[in-house]
Amino acid sequence: MEASRDGYGRGLLKIADDRDVVVLDADLQDSTRSLQFGEKYPDRFFTMGIAEADMVCTGAGLATCGKKPFASSFACFLTRNAYDQIFVSVCYSKLNVKLVGSHAGLATGEDGPTAQEITDIATMRALPGMVVLVPADSVQTEKAVEALYRHIGPAYMRMSRAPVPALYDDSHNFEIGRGYVVREGADAVIFACGTMVSESLKAAEQLEKEGIRAAVVNISSIKPIDKSLVLEYASKTRAVVTSEDHSIIGGLGSAVQDVLNENDSLIPVQKVGVKDVFAESGKPGELYEKYGLSPGHIAAAVKRAVGKKALRQ
Amino acid sequence: MDLPVNMRTPEELRAFAKEIRLQSLLMANRAGSGHPGGSLSAAEILSVLFFRQMKFDAKNPKWPDRDRFVMSKGHATPALYAAMAEAGFFPKEDLKTYRQLNSRLQGHSSIYTPGIDVCTGSLGQGLSVGNGMALAGKLDGKPYDVYVVMGDGELQEGQVWEAARSAAHYRLDNVIAIVDRNGLQQNGPTEKLMRIEPVAEKFAAFGWHTSEVDGHDVQELCNAFDLALTIRGRPKVVIARTVKGKGVSFMENVSSWHGKAPNAEQLRQALAEVEAM
Repeated sequence: MEASRDGYGRGLLKIADDRDVVVLDADLQDSTRSLQFGEKYPDRFFTMGIAEADMVCTGAGLATCGKKPFASSFACFLTRNAYDQIFVSVCYSKLNVKLVGSHAGLATGEDGPTAQEITDIATMRALPGMVVLVPADSVQTEKAVEALYRHIGPAYMRMSRAPVPALYDDSHNFEIGRGYVVREGADAVIFACGTMVSESLKAAEQLEKEGIRAAVVNISSIKPIDKSLVLEYASKTRAVVTSEDHSIIGGLGSAVQDVLNENDSLIPVQKVGVKDVFAESGKPGELYEKYGLSPGHIAAAVKRAVGKKALRQ
Repeated sequence: MDLPVNMRTPEELRAFAKEIRLQSLLMANRAGSGHPGGSLSAAEILSVLFFRQMKFDAKNPKWPDRDRFVMSKGHATPALYAAMAEAGFFPKEDLKTYRQLNSRLQGHSSIYTPGIDVCTGSLGQGLSVGNGMALAGKLDGKPYDVYVVMGDGELQEGQVWEAARSAAHYRLDNVIAIVDRNGLQQNGPTEKLMRIEPVAEKFAAFGWHTSEVDGHDVQELCNAFDLALTIRGRPKVVIARTVKGKGVSFMENVSSWHGKAPNAEQLRQALAEVEAM
């Protein structure tokens, strides 16, 4: 069991041979794991103090000179304190800055709603030209760092503090814009991201005991999204659930709905996520249970989707 | 390579400043919008930077060793584009497209204009961007300097002081900030709306080398930049005391000319006054 952030630290070390890779952090390098890079390459690691706006724009300036900056902090501070800086200095300026936010979602737990970032997928995917990744485990995160390094342009990667079971091994071939089927099933599909991929797998196991076969698809690249995979599984199962540790407004669920709408699909989407409320302090498992993100809630959403399908037939 | 370092006389620099003013007024009038006040106050600053101070090659705007420039007061595009066209980054004819659909010359400075590396227009961000350029120069052992022009009202943005702190922390002696201290912001005097003085003492307290000059005196500006280039180990700021709307009697020190265009009648008078400067 490792958290996705652990893969960030390892991924940075894998791309460090390129002297143009530089890393910035806003005094959370121990938590985001960028410190591993900082300890090994102190000349290319910049502590920016507790000042996310300055950090993002400094990264933009470095990128204008051909540097390949990765700037990390907690998802909440990075995406909320520096939104205008990300908008103007990074995205509008089309600069090659990689923004990495850890401790996303209710999985952050006891620190409470200030730190439980639930709007970052919505805000980041609304930015023109922005790539948005939400890897599901530490290995996929490590591979995503390498993919981000190869991609030239603005990008945001969302990570979690919570350890999750390993889904991938070193043979995993991560690509931006590609989704990954982690479990097959013909009755319904759960499109999930981040920590919710493993929660959705647990839900699918429960459902199988009740005779419902739910596929689980890891949408680790929210933007660009794997449209053909979304359409394939939506049309194959005709019962669609989305599952994210994020507000149900503007996140993965909305991204999946957008794909279906663009293709004139009439299949309804059952969204599992945080329902337009601020949560509270608590253990991640307790929060997932209280705020509707647990495997039981996901399973219930699948049953609703399957029930609606029966009504349509 | 023919290095585009221009050693101009004060007379030539004043002539470029006059051209910047004339073009700024014409552009704002043609566009029917824009920011003449802060363009006229920055005319000598931009003249000295583009025609004397900065090393660049307008025909090769991505030249890796060029001095970097960030127009953090990104609304003063009439003056900026006038200076850049004069410097040869794009044809002067393009100035007629300012603020129009399909133009490379956006209302606020953007990467769509050859020679501009970063979009600005949301005040407070440019100094941080300049710091990043300066850090890259240090990492690569490049000799370039980074010039960042800020407005004085802009100093009310907290991020400016984050950046002031970072530049000093990383000893970015290749950063030269210029504050266009015209004393006015959109709704009136800076000191009435949100006091920013003492500006020099603030930068000094953050660890910067400071100098204060008459921002309409090209010789004083040149001297300040020459001095700044000799200071090592810390960032430098030149506080240029200016007059908003400088050169046009009915615009001088009138904050409402921050963001509105002269009509035909006003343009005629304004051009005549600038010609007579």
